This record gives sequence, structure tokens and C-alpha cells, in this order.
Amino acid sequence: MARAQFSVLPRLAVAVFAALFVAACASTTPDQLPVTQGAAPPGSAQDFTVNVGDRVFFETDSSNLTAEGQLTLDRQAAWLNQYPQYSIQLEGHADERGTREYNLALGARRSAATRDYLVSRGINPQRLSTISYGKERPVATCNDITCWSQNRRAVTVLLGGS
Amino acid sequence: MMTDLLIRRPSALPLAMAVILGLVFAALAAKPAHAVLEIDITQGSLEPLPIALPAFGSATDAQVGAEMVQVISNNLQRSGLFRPVDPASFIQQGLSVDAGPNFAEWRVINAQALVVGAVERQGDGRLRVDFRLWDVFGAEQMIGQQYFTTPENWRRVAHIISDAIYQRLTGESGYFDSRVVFVDETGPKDNRVKRLAIMDQDGANLRYLTSGADLVLTPRFSPGRQEITYMSFEGGQPRVYLLNIETGQRRIVGNFPGMTFAPRFSPEGGHLVMSLLQNDGYSDIYRFDLGAQTTTRLTNSPSIDTSPSYSPDGSRIAFSSDRSGSGQIYVMGADGGNPQRISFGSGVYSTPVWSPRGDLIAFTKQQGGRFLIGVMNVDGSGERILTEGFHNEGPTWAPNGRVLMFFRDTPGASGGPQLWTIDLTGFNELRVGTPSFGSDPAWSPLLN
Repeated sequence: MARAQFSVLPRLAVAVFAALFVAACASTTPDQLPVTQGAAPPGSAQDFTVNVGDRVFFETDSSNLTAEGQLTLDRQAAWLNQYPQYSIQLEGHADERGTREYNLALGARRSAATRDYLVSRGINPQRLSTISYGKERPVATCNDITCWSQNRRAVTVLLGGS
Repeated sequence: MMTDLLIRRPSALPLAMAVILGLVFAALAAKPAHAVLEIDITQGSLEPLPIALPAFGSATDAQVGAEMVQVISNNLQRSGLFRPVDPASFIQQGLSVDAGPNFAEWRVINAQALVVGAVERQGDGRLRVDFRLWDVFGAEQMIGQQYFTTPENWRRVAHIISDAIYQRLTGESGYFDSRVVFVDETGPKDNRVKRLAIMDQDGANLRYLTSGADLVLTPRFSPGRQEITYMSFEGGQPRVYLLNIETGQRRIVGNFPGMTFAPRFSPEGGHLVMSLLQNDGYSDIYRFDLGAQTTTRLTNSPSIDTSPSYSPDGSRIAFSSDRSGSGQIYVMGADGGNPQRISFGSGVYSTPVWSPRGDLIAFTKQQGGRFLIGVMNVDGSGERILTEGFHNEGPTWAPNGRVLMFFRDTPGASGGPQLWTIDLTGFNELRVGTPSFGSDPAWSPLLN
């Protein structure tokens, strides 16, 4: 269960963003998670993931943003407006309790809903791209609802300064 | 009558090399007979037909003769319609294709059908394979055929013979001389490596088509069989691709701004249907003309429309859509006209796949936290569930429409998908051996 607890925590540093496209780096194990809040320099990717929160979660088979998700995205928008050097990729994911093609489309809906919300909060659409991984990139692999709910997510990935 | 029939297939296929079929015994085989021996496969559960398969005799290639019979025996047994008789019970030994068997000695062991064959190396290096199928109780020959092939093709001849036996005794075409393309999966669940792989329908001759560097999904055969379409995340851009499985040449399909996925060929092979992600986050179905490189939009709704599958006559397309609020199956004209919802049972439906006979649509259904594989008539009536469990997904039809292959996943961190087949009757559920986890199977048309 350690996985499920940790999976909401940040997992990426700017240095590995390029590697995000590579399967091998799509998921980071809990013991590699970075540091404490105080150690994250303001404006760093670490700062973003630790102090803002890089992901929002969805109900089963839904791409509606929850109230909690909207709060997270409000924080993300404020941070991203403060640090305009980053472009952003929004990853949409689904849990394993669906079929492959539908889940690709569902992940796409989730990333689009996230994108649209960030744009409504003043983020320039030019900074945003989306990708869906469907059910292909779970972060939690146990067989119950606590894991599946961690996997139904949209992750805001900083693509590095421009 | 002496007919030499060259089995034709697209030129690039090495398999095409010299499987030459000569129906030298055609006159004998053509005798219509009052088919004493036949299997009625319209019933659900039935008693498999006892069939004797002694090793094919050979002065030059005894090993091949024995292995060919093993392949044939395995095919027939897995169909669920035949029961190979234990060779230890055989009384008559040293059968010849040039002489009739001693029927009495096969009746004693209750073999209702008997296959006698011979394999001999020719002066030019090819193998000559003769076989006869005998109706033991009717004391009649049912098939007599001769094949010439390069030695490395002996498995294909075994599959062709299996199909001939299946067809003669069931009245329906076989499915053994066919292949399966699927996704091979290795590595932990949260970091899977996926590779496209192709194998004979019985799991032999497995070959990997991609390296695993890129996430690949949902391969499907072209009706021409030497090409597949699939989805790849190469370069971080999820798109539909075409891959020539003989040359390894691949190309991206079209030039679309967003994700393309869920591709399938049209029955004549000139088009793909697939989903294209719209900027609003919804997915719609498009037809792509592979020759003209033109795109036609077929659905236009604020919903997830995906998994399109043509009817075998090309006139209609089944697809899944959540436009009603949950995933359901729809059928529309091939030009996108007149979409009609056909699934009305409880649960969520996806992955509709039209049968090669045209009369049924197979699907995945989620109900009560379980994943089921079923079939329904093309108007949505007559739904039948064939199998159910924690996770079953993605049916694909054997070329004769009597068997479905799908993948079954198991839960938890150590779980993973494996390939299975099941009869249209819901009986005879069997695992298909793969070296690692396997998912997204797609069955080819018959090669012969």
C-alpha cells in the first residue's frame, strides 16, 4: 500500500522531463521522491509538484473536474502565471477498469478538461499540449479502488523553460 | 483430372514461396458420396469425433512426418470437434497412401476417421506430401491430396491439411492456416514494455515486429495480410501507423493534429476507419482512403466514438459511443449515415467486432465490476455471453467465424494479460501459449 500513498506525491524533476516520453521513466518509485518542502527552490519543478500539486483525480468513467481538482488547478494556474517560462504537457490517464481504446479517449477527455480549466484561469493555450496514455501508465498497481482512483488522473508536466 | 493450383498471395510473403497444391486424387475425392461421416457443428456441446492420425510415413524425412501429424492432431483437438485416438491403440502399422487401410482394424479401436500420409524429399529438394482422409465405417476415401513445398514450409502444409480435414468433416471452412498479431508485454505493470508480435494461430513461428522502444497498441491485419495497422506513441505523438510485416517498412497514417487511434481496415483493404481526437477532447470516427490519402468524417457528436469495425460486405460500420451517457454499441452506414444504437442490455459495451460471416457482432461488456465477452445479432437481438471474469477484453474472430480469441487480464501488481480462445458456442475455452504476457490479439484471414 506504500505505493498508493506515495503516488500522489511529486515524482518528476525538470531534469528528467525529456525522458518522460520514454516508457522506462514514466513512473518513479517512491524512494526516489524528492525531499522536503523547504528544499524546493521557488519556481522549480520541485516547487510545483511539492507545493502546488501536479495532478488531479477523477471519478470512475468521468472527465468532470472535482471541487478538489479545481482547487489544485487554481493553484497550478497561479504558479504557472508566475513562472511563464514553462510550457506544459497535460497527461490524461485512466484506470485499468475499462477497455483500451475507450480509455485512450477517456484520458484525452481528462487532459482536455484540465487544459480548458487552466486556460479559463488565464494560462496561454500556446503553452499547453495534451496527451492521453489511456490505461497504459498506471502509477498504482494494487487490485482495489484505492489504486484505481490514483490512476484516474491528469498530470501537469512542466516541459522546461523556454 | 490433374490440377496444379498455385496458392497465390501477395508477392512479398515468403510463405508464398512454393506451396504448390496438386489435386492429383481429385477424381477420387470428388465422388460426392452420401457423406456418412460428418460433424454437425450447429449444436452447442457435442461429442468430438474420434480420428486416428498415424505419423506420416517417410523414407527421407521421418521427423517431419511425425511433427506434421502432431501439428494436425493439435489443431483438430483444440477445435473441440475432434478427439485424436491414442496412437498406442493403433493395430495396423506401416500404412501406405497407395493402398487402402484395413478398415476392420480401425473400427475395432473406434476411429471413425483415419488420416494416412506420406512425406518424401524430391530430387529438387522440395517435399512432396500426400494424404488421404478415410471414413473408417463407410470404408470410403473422403479426401486425397498432394502438396509440394519447400522443407521449411512443412508447418503450413500441416495447417492446410488440418483445414481440409476440418472442412470435409464439418462442411465449414477451417481456420488453422492463419496467423495472429498481438502485443507482447514484459516488465512490471507500471512500466510495461510492449512489442508487436506475430505468430501462427497455434503459437508457432513467433516473431517480434517492433523493438519495445515505443508503446504500441491494437494491431489489426489488412485483408491482404502482409500489412498491419496499429497505434504507436513514437516520438510522444500517439498516432495510427501501417507496417509491412515482411519488409518491416512502416509509415504514419495521414497528417492529423491530434491523437489517432482504434484503426481497422475496410474489407477490401483500401481504407482505414479510426478515431481522431478533436480539439474539444471528444473523439470521432473517420475514414481514411489509403490511396487518395483523403479523410472523411463519419461521426460528429460531443461524445467518445471509437472502435469502428466494418461489416464484411463493407456497407456498415459498428462502433462504440457514450453519446447516450454510457458506452453502447451502434451501427451506421459506411458513409456515417443513420447511426442506430443496437445494445440495450444492462452494463457498458465496447470493442464491437463484426464477424467474418456478417451475422454477429462480438463485444466486451462491463457489468457488476466484471468484464465479459459476448456476441449479439447485428440488430442487437440475441445477446449471448461467452465468457466472463475479472477482465476479458478485445475479441477477434477466427477466419471462419466459429472461434473467438481475446485477452484475459489478472489483477494486482503481478497480474497480466494472456491470450485465450473460446468457441462461439461458449465451450472449449483454451489458453493460447505466448512467451510472455500478451494482449490485443487480431486474427488474420485464412492464408490459403
